[in-house]
Amino acid sequence: MNTVNITSTLAEAQRIRQDLKTKYDADVGKCYQCGKCSAGCPVAFAMDTPPHKVIQLAKLGLYDEMMECHSTWLCATCHTCSARCPREVHPSRIMEGLRIEARNQGSVKVRPLDIFHTKFMKLVGKRGRVYEMALMLGYNLSVGRPLKDAGFAPKMILNKKLSLFPHTTSKARKEVRKIHERYNRMSNTPHPDQTSGGDTP
Amino acid sequence: MKKVGVFVCHCGTNISQTVHCEKLAEAAKTLPGVAFSTEYKYMCSDPGQTMIKEAIAEHGLDRVVVAACSPRMHETTFRKCIDSGGLNPYMLEIANIREQCSWVHSDKDKATAKAGDLVNMAVAKVLKNEQLPSSFIPVHKRALVIGGGIAGIQAALDIADTGYHVDLVEREPSIGGKMAQIDKTFPTMDCSACILTPKMVDASQHPNITIIPYSEVEKVDGYVGNFDVTIRRKASYVDSVKCTGCGLCSEKCPSKKIPSEFECNLGTRPAIYSPFPQAIPNKPVIDRENCRYFKTGKCKICARVCTADAVNFEDQDEMVQIRYGAIVVATGYTLYDHSQYGEYGYGHYKDVISGLEFERLVNASGPTMGKIKRPSDNTEPKNVVFIKCVGSRDKARGHDYCSRACCMYTAKHATMVRDKIKDSQAIIFYMDIRTPGKNYEEFYLRGVEEYGVTYVRGRVSRIYEEGEGENRKLIVQGEDTLLGKQVFVDADMVVLATAMEPQPDAAGFARKIGISYDQNNFFSEAHPKLRPVETLSAGIYLAGACQGPKDIPDTVAQAGAAAAKVVALLSKDEMETEPIVAKVDTDRCSGCGFCIPICPYKAISFTDLTERVHGSVAWGPTGKEVKRQVANVNNGLCQGCGACTVNCRAGALDLLGFTNEQILAEVDSLW
Amino acid sequence: MKYAYYPGCSLSGTGLEYNISTQAVAPLLGIELCELPDWSCCGASSAHLQDHTLALALPARNAALGEEQGLSLAIPCAACLSRSKAAEHAVKTSEDMRAQIESLIDRPYQATYPVKSILEIFIDAGLDTLKENIIKPLTGLKVASYYGCLQARPTDFMDVDDPENPQTIDTIVAALGAEPVSWSHKTECCGNSHPIAYPEVGGPLVNRILEQAEKSGADCIVCACPMCLGNLDMRQKALGKKRGRPFNLPVFYFTQLMGLALNLRPKKLGLKKHFISPIPLLSKKDLLKRIKIKKVKNKPADTPVPASESTETPTPNPDNKKGGPA
Repeated sequence: MNTVNITSTLAEAQRIRQDLKTKYDADVGKCYQCGKCSAGCPVAFAMDTPPHKVIQLAKLGLYDEMMECHSTWLCATCHTCSARCPREVHPSRIMEGLRIEARNQGSVKVRPLDIFHTKFMKLVGKRGRVYEMALMLGYNLSVGRPLKDAGFAPKMILNKKLSLFPHTTSKARKEVRKIHERYNRMSNTPHPDQTSGGDTP
Repeated sequence: MKKVGVFVCHCGTNISQTVHCEKLAEAAKTLPGVAFSTEYKYMCSDPGQTMIKEAIAEHGLDRVVVAACSPRMHETTFRKCIDSGGLNPYMLEIANIREQCSWVHSDKDKATAKAGDLVNMAVAKVLKNEQLPSSFIPVHKRALVIGGGIAGIQAALDIADTGYHVDLVEREPSIGGKMAQIDKTFPTMDCSACILTPKMVDASQHPNITIIPYSEVEKVDGYVGNFDVTIRRKASYVDSVKCTGCGLCSEKCPSKKIPSEFECNLGTRPAIYSPFPQAIPNKPVIDRENCRYFKTGKCKICARVCTADAVNFEDQDEMVQIRYGAIVVATGYTLYDHSQYGEYGYGHYKDVISGLEFERLVNASGPTMGKIKRPSDNTEPKNVVFIKCVGSRDKARGHDYCSRACCMYTAKHATMVRDKIKDSQAIIFYMDIRTPGKNYEEFYLRGVEEYGVTYVRGRVSRIYEEGEGENRKLIVQGEDTLLGKQVFVDADMVVLATAMEPQPDAAGFARKIGISYDQNNFFSEAHPKLRPVETLSAGIYLAGACQGPKDIPDTVAQAGAAAAKVVALLSKDEMETEPIVAKVDTDRCSGCGFCIPICPYKAISFTDLTERVHGSVAWGPTGKEVKRQVANVNNGLCQGCGACTVNCRAGALDLLGFTNEQILAEVDSLW
Repeated sequence: MKYAYYPGCSLSGTGLEYNISTQAVAPLLGIELCELPDWSCCGASSAHLQDHTLALALPARNAALGEEQGLSLAIPCAACLSRSKAAEHAVKTSEDMRAQIESLIDRPYQATYPVKSILEIFIDAGLDTLKENIIKPLTGLKVASYYGCLQARPTDFMDVDDPENPQTIDTIVAALGAEPVSWSHKTECCGNSHPIAYPEVGGPLVNRILEQAEKSGADCIVCACPMCLGNLDMRQKALGKKRGRPFNLPVFYFTQLMGLALNLRPKKLGLKKHFISPIPLLSKKDLLKRIKIKKVKNKPADTPVPASESTETPTPNPDNKKGGPA
């Protein structure tokens, strides 16, 4: 167990608190560490750091350690923690926010999950709607498990539950592309088409 | 020539760290009318007060401004000070440069400038102050205590022991309150009944105490020393004079399966009942809602078996009006209803109970004769989970505040489980352990060390039921925050330490009797530190949990303190009243009567004024006597709120000490 | 009532049976669903993990399209609903966010027409109307209503009747004549996209829910979300294998059960498209057979279409049906 001197980290704690407040409307300052968030978290069994400890890291200004947590990536955003939090801290917003921050810094902790969501967004950006066949294939290839869940495919195709062709309209496609373009201009990030994250069939 | 003295207080560093007190005092010297100005570290202290008195004598001051804390804090102190310095106590003004300046600002220069304005205003006002005479009202030497729990009983006993008569009003059929339901008391573990029931007997036998059971206060009129209180005696359908308390009626009553309030619905009672065997008075009442006679028109078994002919189905509610000099409010508390708590089962799980329900389960005279059995199937629970702070410290579901007593009673409950049930496990989920009382920490540690109670630090996220009958378990899903691990307990029973909260009708009651209450509906004390048992309404005092959550020792102490205040008041034959009351300029009063309904204290009424008309007027002969109605203020009732003055279109009403002239002088001083 | 129907991406794929059953049932209860033209993906459970503003703009576009038509969106999918409600909430509570969203989607969006879930719309249409139209009560069917997270939370903008023990699906189930069981995992999370993207974590979540539903004595689960159904239905076989005892809990969309009770053909409800086939359960409970209804000639059918009706495609308005017994 490493030790930590918090004399100099508390200034950072103030910054983190303010940041989470303004960007994600969640105040870690209100948290009294009762742990009810962690107690009810359905994914806690898989987490390296339970949600209340992630919040404590924020409260002490231990930024690097906080950003290293895999927990923020495993959060299923079920919002159970926020619904039951006695202090209205909104832990789920904090988990979501920290994950976005980490991702923006290029620090991906749980790759398969990130690939899935990146693929998803790429499809949305490209087609305006998601086409599940492309999503699943793209995802499987990227994580190197091409046959994952492939057993489901025949029945689904037969039942018309997995369409072989994309469905969308040109207006939907164009307008969503425009949204992405405007968004990229606003935030100076490239269109998801240009980011890494695997191929789209 | 008016001579004002200005005294600036530093209040230690409370004021001086934000306001340049020396500069302030120096600047005050230049104000018109100011003959002397100085500053001091603690103006309210003995040297400070001496300084004021000496300055009055030395500089011939005839009025004083103290720039210090809120007048709510020390106005009385400084009034007494200048009084003993030879001035009328109302020749004083306070400039509040603490609460309204130093505490709320940070920029020292700006704060000093604002403090300067506040002093300016006070000086401008004090120049218009006039000597106000005090008046005296008689004190009616009888006290009313509202609420017959331990707080009310203690207050009544303490007052009665000094020789004054006390009426103790209780809305339930018996006095005793919540303490009568409790099994043992921490940290000594003496039996609650053993220490409470003797006090109940003392109260009932005390020559100076009249217990008025099954009654509620309807209305409070009047003022300190002379409250006229209307009490509703609820129809009990049993003549308490004739009734011998033999209990035969309850025994023979055919409606026996009514959930007993006293047993927290874990036991039953008949429709004609006394809440518990040691009840005082031990005279039954009929629960009209559940009585077979009242429901069907047939039965009257109780009347038939009563040898004293005490049952009277024609009984009616009765209003009585009694005059009191002082009132103690000891209306107690209720418990947070955990059926609001969805994640703990909304109160649907029978084996998730409250702490008070546990008290009944473990009580020798309770529904299980003191054997801890879970309500769903009456089996002995082996794994018992306790959850603290349910509804307390929970902004989202209940209250922000800490209920103060739960840490200790939960420690007590867990110890009792371990003591009474072989092979049992007691697991307490907690966030903090608060034991700030004499021998409290030791008590909690004994539970851990000697009885093996397990504490897990973390709030429980949810409870759900699994299985049926004997295999029914409550799955408690929590977190050990110290380990950072989710923990599950297969519990047989869960006890929730539910928050103490004000009675559901607390706010309405406070409005009815004219006292203030806080954001949680607990009654407000006049000052949290210096006047903890007084209300802002003179002559009305507080005892017990109606003022805020507290345990038995604190309640008893507060009840004693309230009694002392009552006795101090009743010991006077007459008492001085504040001369800050509304005054009518009858020349200006047009008799429109607008002020009468606006007065919250019913202090204004019409009076006939007879005057002789001089000169020639169009509407009548001269030199004739005419009668007209004008407003008249009862100084005893007037609380000096000023509502009438702003409502008076003729400008005939003025509040002494806050006249229109004084207020406008303050405003003018700013420009 | 007329709504702009927003099926969302899943409903033309994995959630097909939700789509067809919804469209088959709605007209029978006087609800007109007109598919929102040129709708686009709401960003589902992915967008909000990547960017807050973009995740609000995507669903806002659809709601804005509805607003242009003067219609509320009717949304079957709980994920689409949650995202659309999030956008609506953001626009209503922050002028600043509204301006950003409007400039991203290049349309005005005032959130004038509240987005609604299909579930809410059916409840609003009145349980009495539903009961009046029931031809085949689902007697004897014990149903565990599963709401998942997205119907119940976040509590600040999902106006659920009760976040810990919601009742809306249960009341519909009860109205259909089936028996809603009381159980503990109504609003536990099924793992969102975890069972697909990260089965090591997602699997146990699905397993917990299935086990609790089983313990409650339910014959089947009913839900209102294609993602939940996908997780609970598709993963059952593998999870059963893993624990060494198969699960057999058919998972329905609530609209499929409604359709059954309204006497619609099983095929029109997509009942054969599930991985855990509900057919054995339904035949055991004698709920598959259609009740024959005598039809008054020359009068458009306002009761459910008769047994021998042959067309397969879901029809938005039964009044258009000319088919009688062949």
